[in-house]
Amino acid sequence: MRSKDAHPARTAWLVVAGLIVFMLVLAGCGSSSDDNGGGGEELQSLGKGEGEVNLVSWAGYVESAWSKPFEQKTGCKVNNKVAGTSDEMVQLMRSGQYDGVSASGNATARLVDGGDVDPVNVSLVPNYETIFADLKDQPYNTFDDKPYGIPHGRGANLLMWNPDDVKPAPTSWDVILDPKKAAAYKGQISAYDDPIYIADAAVYLKMHEPDLGIENPYELNEEQFNAAVDLLKEQQPNVGEYWSEAAKQIQAFAGGDAAVGTTWQYQYFALQEEGKPVQASPASQGFLPKEGATGWSDTWMISSEAKNPNCMYEWMDWIVSPKVNAEVAEFFGEAPAQSLACDQTADKEFCAKYHADNPAFWERVYYWETPLADCGNGEEDCKDYNEWVQAWTAIKG
Amino acid sequence: MATEAVVSRRSVGRRLAGLFHGRPRLQAGSLLAGPVGWLVIGYLGSLAVLLITAFWTVDPLSGEVVQGFSLENVETLIDEPVYRDIVGRTVLIAALVTLTDAILAFPIAFYMAKLASRRGKAILVVAILLPLWSSYLVKVYAWRTMLSNDGVINWALEPFGLHGPGYGMTAIWLVMSYLWLPYMILPIYAGLERIPDSLISASEDLGAHPFTTFRRVILPLAFPAVVAGSIFTFALTLGDYITPRLVSNEQFIGNVIFANITNNQPFAAALALVPIVVMIAYLLVARRLGAFEHV
Amino acid sequence: MSRGAVRLSKRSTLLLRGAVGVGLAFIYVPLIVIVIYAFNSSKVLEWPPPGLTLSWFSKAIENEAAQEALLTSLKAAAAATAIALVLGTLASLAVARHRFFGRETISFLVVLPIALPGIVTGVAISNTFTQVLGVDLSLFTVIVGHATFCIVVVYNNVVARLRRTSVSFEEASADLGGDTWQTFRFVTLPSLKTALAAGALLAFALSFDEIIVTTFTLGAREETLPIWIFRNLFRPNELPIVNVVAVLVILLSIIPVYLAHRLTREEGGAVGRGGRGDKVEAEATAVP
Repeated sequence: MRSKDAHPARTAWLVVAGLIVFMLVLAGCGSSSDDNGGGGEELQSLGKGEGEVNLVSWAGYVESAWSKPFEQKTGCKVNNKVAGTSDEMVQLMRSGQYDGVSASGNATARLVDGGDVDPVNVSLVPNYETIFADLKDQPYNTFDDKPYGIPHGRGANLLMWNPDDVKPAPTSWDVILDPKKAAAYKGQISAYDDPIYIADAAVYLKMHEPDLGIENPYELNEEQFNAAVDLLKEQQPNVGEYWSEAAKQIQAFAGGDAAVGTTWQYQYFALQEEGKPVQASPASQGFLPKEGATGWSDTWMISSEAKNPNCMYEWMDWIVSPKVNAEVAEFFGEAPAQSLACDQTADKEFCAKYHADNPAFWERVYYWETPLADCGNGEEDCKDYNEWVQAWTAIKG
Repeated sequence: MATEAVVSRRSVGRRLAGLFHGRPRLQAGSLLAGPVGWLVIGYLGSLAVLLITAFWTVDPLSGEVVQGFSLENVETLIDEPVYRDIVGRTVLIAALVTLTDAILAFPIAFYMAKLASRRGKAILVVAILLPLWSSYLVKVYAWRTMLSNDGVINWALEPFGLHGPGYGMTAIWLVMSYLWLPYMILPIYAGLERIPDSLISASEDLGAHPFTTFRRVILPLAFPAVVAGSIFTFALTLGDYITPRLVSNEQFIGNVIFANITNNQPFAAALALVPIVVMIAYLLVARRLGAFEHV
Repeated sequence: MSRGAVRLSKRSTLLLRGAVGVGLAFIYVPLIVIVIYAFNSSKVLEWPPPGLTLSWFSKAIENEAAQEALLTSLKAAAAATAIALVLGTLASLAVARHRFFGRETISFLVVLPIALPGIVTGVAISNTFTQVLGVDLSLFTVIVGHATFCIVVVYNNVVARLRRTSVSFEEASADLGGDTWQTFRFVTLPSLKTALAAGALLAFALSFDEIIVTTFTLGAREETLPIWIFRNLFRPNELPIVNVVAVLVILLSIIPVYLAHRLTREEGGAVGRGGRGDKVEAEATAVP
């Protein structure tokens, strides 16, 4: 039966023929997704809510504790989709099914360039006025002098270590980036798992290899870029684990798998709360290693195809209202964007712990941006994000 | 009135049924219209749309997709050694997992099919089916904690002066073998059930050593079922990208597809060609070996 | 028959028992770890757990998002299973009872969606809906995706059964004046019952725990249980609840698995096709 009826050749032929026919049929109507015309107009006045709002957010930004009261107050039902990475956020926003997104700086320019988001009329967001001044008019949330979103909160990437394993206390990123020093902690280094981590190497090189002339760690020409990538390739054999989710890193430090690495404030405080021996750069160093650090600042943006713009504006105002912004910041573990939120936190020390109202701290933080080929020097010779992605694949091997 | 309607509707049904009577081609055609339409137009069509983008490119300045034929992505895939490593690693682990599961599954399936009492058989079938219902993610995460430095495995090995594998390739191999084992046991069990006991007895009565019986009678008859199970273990390993991320730093094909899918879909589509080609080849071989009658 | 038919030497039996024990231990140790962590008093998963608590259970049961996600998953799995049952049965009837050009390709075609990586299937289906057809992603698109890779389990079970059941019953029905529909309804379908049950059970299980295709086809408004788990697994505060939900799902799944198993056994005895009851039972589990 087997030998008689089986015709692998014919099967293969049929599969291929089927594929070709449908390629031809469907290729014509395929992929017409790039409509760059996306509005570009901001909303002029606020109307009645549409009854629902569809959001894309980081895990922990939209929780029932503050979305339920919002629904009661405005009648806008909140539907939320959690994205794990900036890439995923961009992908979801391009589907045109969502009204807004809590975008980090490494997604904003891509969204603006793709015509996926519209400028925001900040006069329709009353709580915008009291947002920390150093979060407004930033290169990752303002394009062509137009604000494209409402700042939500920010954080810095700290250097964290287990003092039982790492002695003396490090003052520089060299403990994980200088190949000689990092070798001492081979297999116990915890590094962030994202192409944007290349910028961390650039921040380090900016101080240690001044000849490269790095200005902005997100605007790297070929030479600068290759230097950063090479540094991370040398780091790779020493890395115990690349982490992308906070819980993964918490478990790695708690389980003795990691001894030193780059972290968010959230993990640092979570581990301290569990009584784990972790330390981060002390106040005497301005809470950051001497090179400074990368960080993120998130912005709520409105889709250019928003079906519920009024509810989205209501949401943007709600999420930066003092009490709610305090709630989110404490839940997520980041510095609130709303200056008035610091009076509303359950932990009265919260804003101090996260340096929310300390501009000097944030001056040493390089917020995530999208690497673009056209990078302000007029040369268009910078490495774009796709090259960062490919390099990251090569770094991890 | 109502009964009349029922009667007339039934007679319409009967007439329709009569239409099919004695017309096998019409029967076969109407049976196939749904499933083939769904799979060929819906599924293969979607795949084709995706794959055609593999030959498109992304403009580095605008980030826009440029439609037109280009082999750039495929060339990158072949020229950059890192992609060769990733493909090699993925296929190697898929093969190792398949082999491991076949070795682990066979005795269990044999015991279930030929030695266990009816009750024991029933309990074993439920015991094998049950893990399929527990969340894949939770199982992987449980392994992550078990493999951790201060985890169960090291805790259990410590008294013997041993140390677990930690995270890495070994961990991926272990966890994947674990995840897909039931998918191997069940087809082998079914395949062994189909071997008449009398064949085995006959071999024994003729004086064959149990090992000879196994090698000359049982294995050849059960082999297609093993191949059928291997389709699942191999394919599921090949496509996974969550397990490697949770228990190692290694990249699988799926990880790289995932990393490129938003910004560079043409390149992601080119990457997707690899598992598609590998799996189609695997399926054709599996078919040759008669696995499709045993899946 | 209370004993297996094959007799082995004491030593071989013992060896085999040992191998079965090792296999089962491999399968169950991680599940036991999950159960223990469901009672863990710390949010960090350490070994051994510093203390035990029942508090996560009440939190998990009260968790509205988890309840909704469970309901969504049940809906999606039920719908995908229903579609897979219809399409899988149709295809298997065509293949087992008819001869036509390309017949051998059908089994290849149905196995393809599950054999190709989920990320490929997921992205392909999602692109077709959003970019070619202009349809928004929703629970419907998830169901389409799931049904596509579930067809194979129904198909395989039914085709295996059809190959083993004799056509003579159907011919007899036709000879006695039964039309095509009556023959199907009163002769073919009853003999397929157990194969359909087994296929449905597996299709349901496959859909219920699927995450990758779901990730790419899910819309803004819904969330399935695996997606809920994925979302909460990486949030330290929610991790213990995830463990509890996983344990509850395992406990709940004992019911359908056991019932289906009982069903296939009883049916196997009653219908008595192919002679022995356990043979039918084996076939019913001849998945995936």
